[in-house]
Amino acid sequence: MTDAVSSRPQSRSGVGGFYDGRGLLGPGLAALYLGLIVLIPISALIWQSFGEGLDAFLAAVTSPQALAALRLTFWASLIVVLINAVMGTLVAWVLVRDDFRGKAIINSLIDLPFALPTIVTGLTLLALYGPRSPFGINIAYQPVSILIALLFVTLPFMVRSVQPVLLELDRDMEEAAASLGASPVTVIRRVILPNLVPAILTGGALCFARCMGEFGSVVLISGNIPSSTEVASVYIKGLIEGDRPSAAAAVSVLLLIFSLVLLTTFDLLRRRISRHSEVG
Amino acid sequence: MTAASSATATGARPVGGNARRSRAVRLTVRGIVLLYLALLLLLPVAMVFIRAFEGGIGPVVQAIGRPAFQAAFWLTVQITVITVPICTVMGVVTALAIARRRFPGRAVLNALVDLPFALSPIVIGLSLFLVYGTNSPIGGFLADHGITVIFAVPGMILATIFVCLPFVIREVVPVLREIGTDQEEAAYTLGAGPVRTFWRVTLPAIRWGIVYGVILTTARSLGEFGAVAIVSGKISGKTITLTTHVQERYEAFDIVGAYTASIVLAGMALLVLVGMQLYQSGRLHRGSSDDAPSSLMLEPVSTAGSRTGGGI
Repeated sequence: MTDAVSSRPQSRSGVGGFYDGRGLLGPGLAALYLGLIVLIPISALIWQSFGEGLDAFLAAVTSPQALAALRLTFWASLIVVLINAVMGTLVAWVLVRDDFRGKAIINSLIDLPFALPTIVTGLTLLALYGPRSPFGINIAYQPVSILIALLFVTLPFMVRSVQPVLLELDRDMEEAAASLGASPVTVIRRVILPNLVPAILTGGALCFARCMGEFGSVVLISGNIPSSTEVASVYIKGLIEGDRPSAAAAVSVLLLIFSLVLLTTFDLLRRRISRHSEVG
Repeated sequence: MTAASSATATGARPVGGNARRSRAVRLTVRGIVLLYLALLLLLPVAMVFIRAFEGGIGPVVQAIGRPAFQAAFWLTVQITVITVPICTVMGVVTALAIARRRFPGRAVLNALVDLPFALSPIVIGLSLFLVYGTNSPIGGFLADHGITVIFAVPGMILATIFVCLPFVIREVVPVLREIGTDQEEAAYTLGAGPVRTFWRVTLPAIRWGIVYGVILTTARSLGEFGAVAIVSGKISGKTITLTTHVQERYEAFDIVGAYTASIVLAGMALLVLVGMQLYQSGRLHRGSSDDAPSSLMLEPVSTAGSRTGGGI
C-alpha cells in the first residue's frame, strides 16, 4: 500500500517530464532557440528605442508624420476588421451552408492569400486597380488602396476562424427555434450569431495584428505619400533608411504595444462572451 | 464531404412556407460572396498572368533567363532549404518542451512563440539589424572575426527563421496535447528509452502536424519580403531574393521582369495550395475525431491560443 502510493507519484513525475528526464536538454534548447531568434532582437529593439533618452523617444513617436502614419494604420486596420467580420462570416456561411458546383475550388482558394507572397499581392492589385486597370478603376496612391490590400491578405483569417464553428453548429437548435415560430432573422440574431461571436473575435484579433504590421502588399499600391497614404511599417522603413535607428525603434515599440493591447482586448472580450454563453 | 453533408442537411429540412424566400436569400448571399471573392482574389491574380503574357511568351522566357532573375531565384531556394529544416527540428524540440515539460519560464517561452505574429516584418528586420549590425557589440565582434550577418545571407536566413518560427510549433503543440502521454508512458514502462519512444511513438503521432507546419514554413520562406528586405541591403546579384527582385524590377520600370518573377512566385504559391489540399484529404482519410473538414489554417492557431491562455 505504502509502496504503491509512493511509487505512483514517482512514475508520474518521471513521464510527465517528457519520457524520463528531469534533464533540461529539451527546454534548454528551446529557450536558446527562442532567446537567440526572438528575445535578444526584441530586447535590442526596446533598448535602442530609448537609446537617445526618453525625450528622444517621445519626440520620435509624437512627430506629426509618425502620428499620421500610426493613425492611418489603426483606422485602416479597424475598418478592415469590421468589413471582414461581415464579409468573412458571409463567405464562411456560403462555404458551409450553401451548395453549388465549384464550391470546393472556392474553398481551397481562400488560402491563396496565405500562400501568395505579399509583394506579389501588391503587384497583383496594382494590375487590376492601378493606372492600367482594365475596368478604368484607378485607386493607386489613394488611402482606399490600403484597405483593398489589407482585405486581401487577411481574408483567410476570418473565414478560417468562423468556418469550423459554423460547421459544428448544432442545426437542431436552429430548427427548434424555427419550429417555435422564430423568424429566420430572429434565428440568425438569437441563435447563430451568439455562437459565432467568439470565433469572429479570434479572427478579428488575428486580422488586426496582421494589418497593424502589414508591409509588402501595401508598399507598391499605396504610393507611401507622407501623412496621407504612408502606413506605420513604411514610415519605420523610411526612418531606417534615413539612418535614424532610434526613432525607428521607438515607433516600432509603440506599434508593438498597440498590437499587444489590441490582441489582449480581443482575447478578454472573447473569454467574457464564451463564459456568458456557457452559463446562459 | 462538406458538400455532401450540407446537401443532405438541406434536404432533410422541413420545407416551410417561406421556402422560396429563403432560396432567394441564399442565392443573393452566394452572389455577393462570389462577386466579392472574384473582385478581391480571382481577378487580380488572373490579371498578373494576363499582363505577364501580354507580349507573348518570349519576353517572359527572356526575363527568366536573365542572370539577375537566376541569382534571385537560387538565393530564395537556398534560404528556404536552410530555413525549413532549422524551423522544423527546433520547432519540434520547442513544441515538446512546451507540451510535455514543466519548467520555470515555460509560459514566457510559450508567449514568445506567438510574438512573430504580432510583429511587423519591418520591425523584425529592424530588431535583427540592431543586434547584428556592425554598430552593435555583437555585430562588431562577429565582423572582427570575419562574419558578416547584416547585408549578407546569414542575416536573411535569421530573418526568415524569425518570421517562420511559430508555424511548426503551433501546429505540433495542439496535436501533442491531444494525443496525451498514455502511449509514451506505455512505451516507457515497456523499457523503450526516450529516443526510441520519440521515433516509434511520438513522431508517428505528430507527423501530420509537422507536415502542415512545413508547408506553411516553406510558403512563408519563399515569399517573405519585408523582414528580408531590411537586413539584405538589396545588393544586386548578391542579396536580392525573388520577392525583392519583384520590387526592384517594378521600380526600374521593367514591368515584364516584375510580372515574370511574380508569376513564378504565384506558381510556387499554387503548389503550396495543392500541398494544403493533399494534406486536407490526408487528414480526412485519417478520420481523426476532432478534425472539422476544411477548417484548416488558423484553427490550430486559434485553439492553441485558447488552450494556452490566449497566446500573446
